[in-house]
Amino acid sequence: MRSLVTLVFLAFPCFLWAQDWEDQLVFNDGAEGAHLRIISSTDTVLFAPLIEGFVARNPSISVEYFVSGTADIDRRVRASPDAFDIVVSSAMDLQLKLANDGFALALKDIEAPHWTQWHHSLFAFTTEPAAIVINREAFEGQDIPHTRQSLIEALRERPEEFRGKVGTYDVRESGLGYLFATQDARASETYWRLMEVMGGLDVRLYCCSGEMINDLADGKILVAYNVLGSYAAVRAERKDALEVIFPTDFQTTMMRTALVSEETQEPDAAEAFINYLITEKPVAQDSPSSLPPLVLQNGATDRETIGLNPSLLTFLDDLKRKKFLSAWENAVIQ
Amino acid sequence: MTANPTVSGSLRNRLVLALIGGAAVLAVLLFLAVRNYAAQVAQQGQDNILEASVTSILDAAALRDGVLEVDIPYAAFSMLTTPSDDRVFYAIYQDGAFLSGYEDLLLAGASGQSDWLFTSGELRGERIRQVSASRTLVGLGRQTEIAIVLGQTQDALSQTLDQISRNAAFLGLGFFLLTAALSFWITSTTIGQLNRLTTSVTRRGPQDLSPFKKPVPREMAPLVLSLNSLMGRLDQSLSQSEDFIAEAAHRVRTPLATVRSYAEATLHRVEKKENREALRAMVRAIDESSRAAGQLLDHAMITFRADHLEREDVDLVELIRELVQRLTPIAEMKELSLSLRGDTKVLYSGDPILIQNAVRNMIDNALKYAPADSVVEIEVTATPEVAVKVSDSGPGFPAEEIEQLTRRFERGKNAAGTIGSGLGLTIAQDVATAHGGTLVLNNKPTGGACVVLSL
Repeated sequence: MRSLVTLVFLAFPCFLWAQDWEDQLVFNDGAEGAHLRIISSTDTVLFAPLIEGFVARNPSISVEYFVSGTADIDRRVRASPDAFDIVVSSAMDLQLKLANDGFALALKDIEAPHWTQWHHSLFAFTTEPAAIVINREAFEGQDIPHTRQSLIEALRERPEEFRGKVGTYDVRESGLGYLFATQDARASETYWRLMEVMGGLDVRLYCCSGEMINDLADGKILVAYNVLGSYAAVRAERKDALEVIFPTDFQTTMMRTALVSEETQEPDAAEAFINYLITEKPVAQDSPSSLPPLVLQNGATDRETIGLNPSLLTFLDDLKRKKFLSAWENAVIQ
Repeated sequence: MTANPTVSGSLRNRLVLALIGGAAVLAVLLFLAVRNYAAQVAQQGQDNILEASVTSILDAAALRDGVLEVDIPYAAFSMLTTPSDDRVFYAIYQDGAFLSGYEDLLLAGASGQSDWLFTSGELRGERIRQVSASRTLVGLGRQTEIAIVLGQTQDALSQTLDQISRNAAFLGLGFFLLTAALSFWITSTTIGQLNRLTTSVTRRGPQDLSPFKKPVPREMAPLVLSLNSLMGRLDQSLSQSEDFIAEAAHRVRTPLATVRSYAEATLHRVEKKENREALRAMVRAIDESSRAAGQLLDHAMITFRADHLEREDVDLVELIRELVQRLTPIAEMKELSLSLRGDTKVLYSGDPILIQNAVRNMIDNALKYAPADSVVEIEVTATPEVAVKVSDSGPGFPAEEIEQLTRRFERGKNAAGTIGSGLGLTIAQDVATAHGGTLVLNNKPTGGACVVLSL
């Protein structure tokens, strides 16, 4: 992938200003029609099949794909809303705030169930639960923890084995990490105890799911908490050593959402892309590199999906965020 | 006889228009009232939720070690979820200084007011409803005021209002249609009472002038009362005129007959030639008066009978034969003969007295103008229509006057020197009209007048 990015940079030197993208790629280069710029938090390997499917159907449209962290996406879109046509992110709260603040274009023609969209401008296209991913070797001969409580107990039992070998999001940097953390904190006090335990074990903090899973696969860490299920599933299938656990006590499930920038220059192509995202099941379910489809809420309490509604704004309030972060730092950084 | 009344407007139309117009006005008022009320209720609903949300945020504010902490409850924004996904804006101010939230959402009203302030305004191009409220917090040796402004767009509200407006419109329309149908029904039942009275007036027999006894609505009682009193007077005046006719016939005819018989007796007695001449002239004048009086009375009688036509089945041939037999002596005196021809039996339903009268006048007329030794022909036919034809071989009608001869007291130019009142053909015409028929005058191509009474 790196070589591809290098190629892109060589081909388009003018993009060199666009510093430190995690990834940047052009699909269907040279097409004469609309040029869509998508900024996304989703790893290229997971999102590329979707874009390829789209350009296969719309050969006249070329797509440029930028990858960055959720918090960074939010900053960039707010700074220059006209620089991107479509914003895809897993941080539902930041996306909802973008839409609420008027950065999203309302697409009245798109038909979507009410719970999967907000204000006709923010559209969900996947449901992805947060997971605990462990290295099986570390739990050899031991019970694999299926709840947060049992994870706490396992960590407390063998602190020396796990010291420096547990990882989670740095919620100060990751938008998705912050969303998962706040939803966990809302759901149960267990979250804080887990954070205290992990803090006591010199937890490693990551900006993104991808890196965390890479370190896990490499054996640098043994336990990763609140990893994005989809990323973990990709890795877990490649490395038998990893086990993805969806906690049974409560589950935090987010929906990956997309919006069209208010200042897009290609509203029709952008709308077509959104429509494609929410109506198509572009990749076979068993494909290793696929995003999970949107799953209907079936009332099961253990799979509570975070709702697309204004309450997501709560933890984005400056005062509230400051208060939460200081509590989190108190627990994690000791 | 029946003059068409002057029609000005329609009671039914006026009633229907007034009722439907009223219903339309009421329907519009109903629509406006319902919509207005619903708008108020819906706005009140949104205000209540905004108020609850602000209250929960204010309650979450606290001074901790002299520092203001606002721990916005998750429910504060959660409760602002609407079906239309309304956008939410909020701002937190401390002592008038912006602290957190949306900076472009300004604190409305003077600070220090603890009152709730609900206003409608615009933010980022959308209409919003905003509420501001404040609360004073007291800490250790410190006092601070926190103010919250919360705004929400009104998509859901306007959607609700649209729906309510639609329903209110249906309600108003339904009300209108129902009332309109009702007003048609009310009008037709009201007018129906009048129609019923009209029918019972029309259906009455010609002789029936008794008062109306059927029950009528109170409002129509005066009309029926007037009608009854009018008919009472009419009845009275009709019987008076009947009496008058009988009385007049008696009073005029009897003295004239007496005078004539005296004159004739005197004629036999006087011998002087000039006296005899004078007496003859007198007898002739008396005859003329007697005949004119008779015809006048006939005419009055016919006018009366024609208005109250009483039909009975008669054989016209039999009726006319009787008349011809009666008139034969008079014809013979003038050296004329009468001949009755035509069908042997013609049945007709009519007033025999009137028909006899009419035909007598027609024959009289013919006898007057027919030359001596000629035949007056009377023909009764049943086909193609029931008709009685009387023709003579006299001079005929003056062609230019044929149209006018049936008018009252109108006599032909060639009538000078014959006895007549000018009523004969008028009577025949009246009888024809009363039976729904016509009287046709024409001249035969062979000479002589021909009068056809078609019934």
